Amino acid sequence: MTHLLELKNVSKVYSRGLLSKIATTALADISLTLESDKPTIMTVAGESGSGKTTLAMLLLGFITPTTGQIFYKGEDISQLRGAERMTYRREVQAVFQDPFAVFNPFYTVDHLLTVPINRFKLAKSKKEARGIMTDTLEAVGLHPDDVLGKFPHQLSGGQRQRINVARALVLRPKLLVADEPVSMVDASLRASILDTLRGLQRDYGVSIIYITHDLTTAYHIAKSIIVLYRGNVMEVGDVDTIIKDPQHPYTRLLIDSIPWPDLSRRWGETEIKAKESDISDHGTGCKFLARCPFAMDPCQNPPPLFRLSEYHAASCYQYEEQPGLPADQLSSVLPV
Amino acid sequence: MTTAAISQPDVLRPGRFTLVLRYLRRNLGLVLGLLIVLGLMVFTVHGLLTVDPKGAYPLAVRPKLPPSLQHPFGTDFFGRDLYSAMVVGLWQTALIGIIAGTLGTTIGVVLGFTAAYFGGIFDTTIKGICQILTPIPAFLIQVIIAGSIDKREVTIYTMAFIVLLFSWMGPTLVIRSQVLSMKERQFVLVSKLSGMGDIGIIFQEILPNLLPFIAAALVGQVFASMFASFYLAVLGLGPLREPLLGNIIWAAQSQGAFFNGWWWWPLIPAGAMVLILFSLALINMGLDELANPRIRRTE
Amino acid sequence: MDPILKVIDLQVSYYTDAGRATALAGATFSLNPGEKLGLVGESGSGKSTMALAMVRMIKPPGRIEAGQVLVDGVNLTALSEKEMLQARLSKIAYIPQGAMNSLNPVTRIGSQMTDAVRAHDRGASKTSIDDRCRLALESVDLKPGVAQMYAHELSGGMKQRVCIAIGILLKPKVIICDEPTSALDVVTQRQVMETIDRVKDQIGAAVILIGHDMGLMAQFVDKVAVMYAGRLMEVSTVSQMFTDPIHPYAKALISSLPRLDNKGVFQGIPGLAPSLLRLPSGCPFHPRCSQAMDICRTDIPPSVTLPGERAVLCHLFSEKVQL
Repeated sequence: MTHLLELKNVSKVYSRGLLSKIATTALADISLTLESDKPTIMTVAGESGSGKTTLAMLLLGFITPTTGQIFYKGEDISQLRGAERMTYRREVQAVFQDPFAVFNPFYTVDHLLTVPINRFKLAKSKKEARGIMTDTLEAVGLHPDDVLGKFPHQLSGGQRQRINVARALVLRPKLLVADEPVSMVDASLRASILDTLRGLQRDYGVSIIYITHDLTTAYHIAKSIIVLYRGNVMEVGDVDTIIKDPQHPYTRLLIDSIPWPDLSRRWGETEIKAKESDISDHGTGCKFLARCPFAMDPCQNPPPLFRLSEYHAASCYQYEEQPGLPADQLSSVLPV
Repeated sequence: MTTAAISQPDVLRPGRFTLVLRYLRRNLGLVLGLLIVLGLMVFTVHGLLTVDPKGAYPLAVRPKLPPSLQHPFGTDFFGRDLYSAMVVGLWQTALIGIIAGTLGTTIGVVLGFTAAYFGGIFDTTIKGICQILTPIPAFLIQVIIAGSIDKREVTIYTMAFIVLLFSWMGPTLVIRSQVLSMKERQFVLVSKLSGMGDIGIIFQEILPNLLPFIAAALVGQVFASMFASFYLAVLGLGPLREPLLGNIIWAAQSQGAFFNGWWWWPLIPAGAMVLILFSLALINMGLDELANPRIRRTE
Repeated sequence: MDPILKVIDLQVSYYTDAGRATALAGATFSLNPGEKLGLVGESGSGKSTMALAMVRMIKPPGRIEAGQVLVDGVNLTALSEKEMLQARLSKIAYIPQGAMNSLNPVTRIGSQMTDAVRAHDRGASKTSIDDRCRLALESVDLKPGVAQMYAHELSGGMKQRVCIAIGILLKPKVIICDEPTSALDVVTQRQVMETIDRVKDQIGAAVILIGHDMGLMAQFVDKVAVMYAGRLMEVSTVSQMFTDPIHPYAKALISSLPRLDNKGVFQGIPGLAPSLLRLPSGCPFHPRCSQAMDICRTDIPPSVTLPGERAVLCHLFSEKVQL
C-alpha cells in the first residue's frame, strides 16, 4: 500500500556567499507519511524562520530538497514528467495567505477558476465549465451571482479567500497545503472559512496540511500537530494533548504567549529568557538552547525525539528516560 | 432577524464617462497637451489631403516670399512653399518617430521578456549588451554614422534606422525589470499550480499587466525618435531634399535667414518643434499626476 | 482625576467620486492618564480613521467635519497647522500600522530619532538630544548601540520597538498604536506589548491600542471600545466586555471567539459590514442584529451611559424603549 505522500529525510539548506559559504538550514532532516485512505488535517506550527513555508514549497514542488526525497503516490516528484506530472500538479494544491495577491488584477475573479478548468480539461463546453464553477462556489459558501464577473477589488477579503479555496477544490485534489489561509482575513470571518476547509476533508476526502503560527485556529481545525523551530521538529503528536499540556520548553513558551481572549488565562507565566534578536550563536546543539530555561549539558548535542505517549513526542533531553523515536518513524505518533 | 450574505450593489457610482470628464477638468495640463497633439495631427492630415506635396521641394515656387494668402507660411530661399513643407515635414517626422519608436518598443518587449523570464544565459547576455551600450553617447555615434554615409543615400528610413540603433536599450531594460518583479508575484505562482505553462504565463498573466508600461514606453520612444531625427537633421545630417523640420532649420541657418530678414523661414519649423515638445511635456506631467495618487489633486 | 484625553463628537467624512462616505459618525469617549483603551472593529469600522483624526492627519478627500479632541486641556482640532506640528509627538504620538516598514532604510536609527527631536526643538544641544534618544532606547529595552545601526539590520520586533522609542521621545501624554504587532510572532508580540506597558508607566501616558485581535485586548487593555460602521457601539471595562457584553454586536463578537473549551464550534456573525457610502437607515447594525426592533430601522440609537463607566449605543437601553 503506497503512501499518498512520503518525505524521506528531507532537508533544505541555503548557502550564501562566494568564498566563505554561510549555510542556513531552513529545514532539517524530516520524514513524514500521509495515507490516502485516511484523509486528515495536520498542522505544521511555527513562527517565522521555523521552516514551515519551506516545507510548503517543497511539497508543492516549487523548490527541490538539498537531501532526501519526496514521494507522491510512490513516485519521486522531482522525476515526474508529462501526464504523471500533470496528475501530481492537479492532486496537490494550495491555498495561500494573501487573499488579494493571488488574483491577476487584469482579469475578473472568474479567471482564477477558468484557468484550472481549461488546463486540466475538466469541462467539454463553456456551459459545463460554468456549471462546475457555480457548484464549487456554492460548496465553499458563496452565491455565484455575487462574485462571478467581478474584479478582485470589488469583493471582500473573506469572499476572495473563499474563491481561493474554490480554485483548489475545482481540481478535486487529494492533498491541500494551506499556508496561513486565514491570517489576513477579518477575525469574524475566520471561523467560517476554517469550517469550509474542514468540510473539504470530511466531504471530499482531502488531506490538509494546515500551516500556521496561530495555535488557536490550529487547535480548532487539526487532529495532529508538528511544532517547528528553526527548521527542527520540537514536539509532535495529538493537537489537543500538546496544546493543553505542552511538554517541550519551546511549545510551552509559545502557548504561554498566546493572548487568549479569556481573562482567567493570563499570558506570560513563563518568563522569556532571552530575546531572539540577541542570539548570535547559531551553534550545533539543540536549536532552542539559547532561550531555554532548562538548558543542561547534553543539550550541546541536538536531542532526538522521545516518545512520551502513544500520540506525543518531544525533542528534549528532559525526557531522555522515555523511549527514543527514530526520525523516520515520526508519522507513527500522529493521530489520524 | 439576520440575513445571509448581503451583496453590495454599486448603484452610487456614476458612469465611467462622467468620471473621466470630471477627472479631465482637474487635470488641465493633460488636456492641453492632448489638444496640441490633436491639433498638429489635424493640421498634417488636412494638409496631406489638400496640399500639393510637390510644393514642399525646392524650385517649386518663387523663393523668399514672406507669408501671404497664397503662401500662408511664406517660401524659402530654395523655392519651397513652407506650408507644404510643414505638412510633409511633420508627416515625415511622425513617420520616423512611429517606425523607430514601434520597432524599438517591440524589440524591447521581446528581449526584455526573454531576459527576465528565462534568466540564465539570456539574461546575462541581453542585460550585458544593454548595459555596455547605454553609457555610450548615442548622439556622437549617430553623428559619426550619419556623417559617414554618402549624402545621396540618406533617406528618412535610414534616419529611422540610425535613431533605432541606440534607442532599443531603454525599453528593454524597463520591460525586463517589470517582468522580473511581476514573475515573483503570487498570481503567477498560483497559475503554475493551476497547470499553466511558461508560454501561457507570459502571454496571459504577465503581458496584460504590462500594457500600460508598454504603452508608455511606446509613446516615449516615438517622441524620442522624433526628437533624435530633429537634432540630426539640424546638423545637416538628414536627407537634405526632404522637408524635415530639422532640415529646413539647417538650411535656413546656412543661408543666414535671420540676417537676411527671412524670419519666417526658421521660425515656423522651430515653432512646430517647440509645440511638439511642449505637448509631450504636458502629457508627461499629466500622466504623472494620473499615475501617482499622492500628487493627485482632488475636487 | 481629570481625563487626559477627551474626544467629543468627532465626525469625519470622505468625499469620493461615488459620494460622501461617513467614516466616523460622532465619537465620544475619554481616557485617564495611565489608562489603556482598546479600539476594536472589523475593517472599515472607522478605527484607523479615528486615530488619524485625533492627530489631524486626515488627508483630502477626507475631512474632519466636527468635534473636539482635547489632550491635557488643549483642543487639537482648533490648532493652526504649525501648532499641530508641535503637538504631534510632544502631546500625542501616533505609531501607524506597518511603522516598522517605514523606517528610513538609508539613515541610521540614531539620526532618525535626532530628526524627530530637532523638528520640535531646533535649538536643542547635541548632548541633550543624544541623552533623550539613549533614554528612549533603554525604555524599550534596546542597547544604545542600536542608534548606530540601520533598519535592515534589526529584526521585526526590534524595529517595532524602535518605532515605540521614537513615539515616546518627547514624552507625549497620549500614545496611539495602530496594530503594532500584526506582523510579529506571538512571543515577540508579547515582548513588545510588555514594553509598551512599561513605557506607559514610566512616562504616565494613556495608550490607545487599535486592532482586531480580541485576545490581545483581553491581555493588555483596561477599557475596550467596539466600533461598527463609524460608531462606538459599546465602551466597557475589559472584564465587563469579556464576561458580560451588552451590545448585540459586541455579544456576537465575543461569542465568536475561539476558546479552549469549545473545540470545533464555529460561530461567525452572518452578513457583511455595510458600505460607508450606503449606510442602513437608523442603527447601522440592524440588518444583522438578532434583537432588532422596529425603532432600530428608523432611528439612530442614542448613546446611553450606564453605571460602571459603560457607554452603549443601542435602543435596547434607551429609556424610550424601557417598558
